Amino acid sequence: MTTDTENRGAKGDLLLEMRDIRISGFSDERWHEIIKGVDLTLRRGEVMGLIGESGAGKSTLGKAAMGYAQPGCKIMSGSIMFDGIDLVAASEADKRALWGSRIAYVAQSAAASFNPAHRLIDQTVEATVGHDISSDSEAKSDAVELYGSLQLPDPDTIGTRYPHQVSGGQLQRIMTAMAMSPRPDLIIFDEPTTALDVTTQVEVLVAMRDIVEQFNTAAIYITHDLAVVAQMADFIKVLRYGEEVEEAETRKMLAEPEQEYTKSLWSVRALEKPEDKSSEIVLSIKNVDAAYGNTVKVLHDVSIDIPRGRTVSVVGESGSGKSTTARVITGLLPPMSGSIEFNGETLPGALKDRTKDQLRRIQMIYQMADTAMNPKQTVGEIISRPLEFYHGLKGSQKHKRLVELLEMIELDESFMDRLPGELSGGQKQRICIARALAAEPDVIICDEVTSALDQIVQEGILKLLLRLQKEFGITYLFITHDIAVVTAISDEIVVMFQGEVVEQGLKSEILSPPHPDYTQLLLSSVPEMDPDWLDKLVDERN
Amino acid sequence: MHPVLATVLQRLGLGVVTLFFVSLIIFAAIAMLPGDFGEAVLGQAALPETVEAFRKELGLDKPAWLRYINWVAAVLQGDLGTSFSGRAASGVDRSRDVVDLIAPRLWNTLFLAGITALIAVPLALFLGITTALARNSVYDRSVNAATLTTISFPEFFVAYVLIVLLASIWPVFPSLANVTPEMSFTERLYKCALPSLTLTLVIVAHMMRMTRAAIINLLASPYIEMAQLKGVSKAKVIVKHALPNAWAPIATVIAFNLAYLVVGVVVVEVVFVYPGIGQLMVDAVTSRDIPVVQACALIFAATYILLNLLADIIGIVTNPRLLHPR
Repeated sequence: MTTDTENRGAKGDLLLEMRDIRISGFSDERWHEIIKGVDLTLRRGEVMGLIGESGAGKSTLGKAAMGYAQPGCKIMSGSIMFDGIDLVAASEADKRALWGSRIAYVAQSAAASFNPAHRLIDQTVEATVGHDISSDSEAKSDAVELYGSLQLPDPDTIGTRYPHQVSGGQLQRIMTAMAMSPRPDLIIFDEPTTALDVTTQVEVLVAMRDIVEQFNTAAIYITHDLAVVAQMADFIKVLRYGEEVEEAETRKMLAEPEQEYTKSLWSVRALEKPEDKSSEIVLSIKNVDAAYGNTVKVLHDVSIDIPRGRTVSVVGESGSGKSTTARVITGLLPPMSGSIEFNGETLPGALKDRTKDQLRRIQMIYQMADTAMNPKQTVGEIISRPLEFYHGLKGSQKHKRLVELLEMIELDESFMDRLPGELSGGQKQRICIARALAAEPDVIICDEVTSALDQIVQEGILKLLLRLQKEFGITYLFITHDIAVVTAISDEIVVMFQGEVVEQGLKSEILSPPHPDYTQLLLSSVPEMDPDWLDKLVDERN
Repeated sequence: MHPVLATVLQRLGLGVVTLFFVSLIIFAAIAMLPGDFGEAVLGQAALPETVEAFRKELGLDKPAWLRYINWVAAVLQGDLGTSFSGRAASGVDRSRDVVDLIAPRLWNTLFLAGITALIAVPLALFLGITTALARNSVYDRSVNAATLTTISFPEFFVAYVLIVLLASIWPVFPSLANVTPEMSFTERLYKCALPSLTLTLVIVAHMMRMTRAAIINLLASPYIEMAQLKGVSKAKVIVKHALPNAWAPIATVIAFNLAYLVVGVVVVEVVFVYPGIGQLMVDAVTSRDIPVVQACALIFAATYILLNLLADIIGIVTNPRLLHPR
């Protein structure tokens, strides 16, 4: 690798040194320590992966590398030296002079981080021109070149569009161009691909990695996905609860992680359920077409058979119609045509036409447990509702059943009087599972139920779901975009793309070749722990 | 057709429909007013036959639906009718066209509203933006407290305080704003100083607080943090990144206050003896001068609808999603 600017040192010179950083955040009327004395050293041209679960403080630490603390946070102590400049002592004006010129930031949600009111190219060059690094016209023609090297379509004109006019994957690449425009020494990538589909993620990862290499820019790559960071980083630092767990060169970290915690980070990927065939169909969707508002058709001739007591996973990227299928089954969105057969009888399309017993037999669990529960009701009240509504239980009978249900989800009686706000993410999702179980359903539709959870918590939830299936013979329709989760839980897989079913079959059939084109693309896009995975994939696809 | 143009035309159409319904409500409300013009003019001692004859002359004996149709048809042709007052039982007709009665008064009202808006709107925007910039500073708090104070007092009280201060203790402006058509522009301006100052104090708070809130609300957006992390200065972040996305709520509150300046300032007119349309309407209601009341109410409704329509359109054209569809 070579450098292209005279004032930039060779790879290996010290660029960023953070010592004993302590950052506190203000919440619930008091200061909590979020980062508890972390050190970080980065040399020119190096890419560091910063990994950890939500709440580990990785994003806070990444922003602190710029000398920035988000509103409600404060850098309490420690030193941050960026190329000889003390960022803790620096004034706001001094830091502003560095931001967007020598240090750039790439945010998680590109859709939210671009100003909807301005054209993309103006936002791309804003910092470069604002810091007088180059003139407006120079910066813009450079931006067009960057768009080109990031493999964006129509690099000459894409910049004249507004953020809502391009796709999420394109926006994320344009944001990378925006970060690269002033040719910074350091870029902070803050979960840049987390909001993207796997198929889109691959393109963005390749583009980001190549451009960072091309300009020999140092980078801190923040993510919770170990397989992603393995492709991007020279070395990896693992954080937990604001403390460093361990740091090692990427290959070494993957091959022989020293800490138990690091090993547990890929535990879900190790979980695998043996598939089980079944011939009795409990729920069958036949030739369903569905649309929102009679105009935008989102499901085209969808047919899915769900065998009793098994798990059928529906996979596909956002917009493929997975969640719409769930809405049709539950009756929230009556289909335009086609039918739903349940236990041998045809279900009415609309929710209001179904009997109480039909409603009881199909339950749903949502992705965001937070918004699926009334924050003002206690756990006991939340689970009581289906017990009263479907089974008419009261008094001591109801209490007995409540305790049983809590036991099933591995929580004790003491949770009964707690409010959702007092629970962890995993516990909240367990309460939602208990609420679905309370109805004693035949089928539970799980819509991305583990997507908002950390790896270890995911594993716990998946194990619980599997155990409940074994004990009570519940059927799951499991909607997810995460192939690791699919391997962990399913018997059968349905692949959806743009509102159509690409294929349906046993897990072993779907996951082993030969695949239809789309399945092939989807499966090959799932990042693997191998640091050479991305290179191999790019070679294969070319 | 560009979707924005289509939306604007659709809104305009809706505005016309609304105005039609409002005309129905106005007519029904006035028809339901107790008492009638005949009795009000002739006095309670008048013979029933006299009252009946008078009513017939004014067309009040016809059924309500016919009177409504006649009125709407006339208005559509630009004829607001003839005032009832001035029509004496003596037989000498000194009544005037409603248009002649209203036109000078409406002009006066628009003049006062225009001057006030020219001062108040830029002032409110300036205060709103600067307080959002210096959130929770002493400046922010004092501006907030001051504007809250002025909006909390009834407008006649603000008016009298201003008269005491600026017309009595320090006599810089006149306390009477009795403008006449012959007055020169500067003299008019001078006469209008106190009423427009009063109205400014009354409406600035509302607009300023909405501007501040809209901008502060946007400051939590990820794209604002992104702009900060690009090294964009604080003032530029607000003017370039927050403000363009805040126009819709700000325009709505400005439109609301401008409408108030036209239709809701009768108290201030009374205090300063300003010959505006508000006073005209109140007088017309007292004397049961139905054509004038109807015309005023229709003008007020049209003002509201038009200004809110304008705010809607501003909200649409400042939204890039609508202006530049995929």
